[in-house]
Amino acid sequence: MGHIKGLKCRECGREYPVEPIYVCEFCFGPLEVAYDYKSISKTINRKKIEKREQNLWRYRELLPIDGDPQVGLNSGYTPLVKADKLAKVLGVDELYIKDDTVVHPTLSFKDRVVSIALTKAKEFGFDTVACASTGNLAHSVSANGAAAGFKRFIFIPASLEASKIIASLVYEPNLIAVDGNYDDVNRLCSEVANKYRWAFVNINIRPFYAEGSKTIGYEIVEQLGWKAPDHVVVPCASGSLLTKVWKSFKELKEVGILKELDTKVFAAQATGCSPIAAAIKQGTDVIRPVKPNTIAKSLAIGNPADGFYATQVVRETGGYGEDVSDQEIIDAIKLLAKTEGIFAETAGGVTLAVTKKLIETNRINREGVTVICITGNGLKTQEALQGNVVAPHHIKPNLTSFEEVLEKIQK
Amino acid sequence: MTVKVRIPTPLQRLTQGQEEVEGVPGTVISLVKDLDKKFPGIEERISENGKIRRFVNIYLNDEDIRFLNAEETAVKDGDEVSIVPAIAGGSCQEVL
Repeated sequence: MGHIKGLKCRECGREYPVEPIYVCEFCFGPLEVAYDYKSISKTINRKKIEKREQNLWRYRELLPIDGDPQVGLNSGYTPLVKADKLAKVLGVDELYIKDDTVVHPTLSFKDRVVSIALTKAKEFGFDTVACASTGNLAHSVSANGAAAGFKRFIFIPASLEASKIIASLVYEPNLIAVDGNYDDVNRLCSEVANKYRWAFVNINIRPFYAEGSKTIGYEIVEQLGWKAPDHVVVPCASGSLLTKVWKSFKELKEVGILKELDTKVFAAQATGCSPIAAAIKQGTDVIRPVKPNTIAKSLAIGNPADGFYATQVVRETGGYGEDVSDQEIIDAIKLLAKTEGIFAETAGGVTLAVTKKLIETNRINREGVTVICITGNGLKTQEALQGNVVAPHHIKPNLTSFEEVLEKIQK
Repeated sequence: MTVKVRIPTPLQRLTQGQEEVEGVPGTVISLVKDLDKKFPGIEERISENGKIRRFVNIYLNDEDIRFLNAEETAVKDGDEVSIVPAIAGGSCQEVL
């Protein structure tokens, strides 16, 4: 049932068979899954998709698996929230939140990519999965890998906050706390991936893993009534998610499900780590690496490998890139919570704050349909709000004490 | 004294298995061109039209040349140059 033709180098076009490989032997470019869209267009249509269960596998023909889905059977199909109160504050007509704060089971969009990666790992016959991460990915591989019966090796820097370590340890993976900084973990992981026959979801399984991000885009289109939005704002770390959201729209057009496509794609970054936004603003496709310094840790990739491709998408679609300060990120997290009741992690604050800026500078026009991608849950990054939330009212356990406070509140 | 150039495993086939070779001072790009005389084919793998390929990182004494003067970064006697393929997709750097 698979519709994959093979893997193809994004840089030089060399073709490779479907294997757990990720880099072109010739030019070191990234490999990407190539599909047979002609055969897909004959087997998939809106009605067929609508009848399927509400999870990310309803678009399975456009995902890189050969057999049946095996992991993440309850992941995806998160709400597209029509955010009228927030729209009013921002002064736009129609605004939607793609709410990936509630992806099953670990509350970030990483459950999407991990669902595809682990299904593919099963197809390849791996019994062990691994990843290098400091947060959402570690959490998702630990959880989904447990449910799918894999042995799991999760590599993190030893200095990671205790709360994040516990969130992964509860699933009892082999958590490897590396005595070193993040770069040291990175270097070690590529060596480990070379030596052991494990499925490293974001290394040798990456071409398949990354395709999972497309499901956010398919869902947005379906939930808008099979229409693409006029604007979509996407947070950028490596830049992969942004390129995959755009790829998902183009694919739906290619297979005849989407009639019109005229979406502008916007990149959101934190000022303390904005190599992609900077390149877009400067009108260049040369990404200058930076040393990250931002509270938006989940976006803190100073040398984003898909940065070039992200700038290409932004340019191709007539979008733009913007960046925001840590204070703007915090204010936006609070604004989203106050207006729509959604608590996003710092990356969500980045996306909303950037959207606000893009509206104020007329990069996003106020009449169009705008979708913003909120990719993770605020419960995971509560420390970022330390000292920035309102204080509780302390009282004695009696009615008089309560009413004294109530009087102050109601003033 | 010359320039020490560290060769990554995937390119060691072109250097007859040597992990470290000698290069001539000049600029990063002139050094790459010169390496091709001794190790034919290596220039094409590392660069294209005088630019370092997007997925090849070059470090001069442990500093990424993109923080310096990119292809035109000066390379002196005694310097150390490392050629390192970027891990495609930024994979390992993903902190999400």
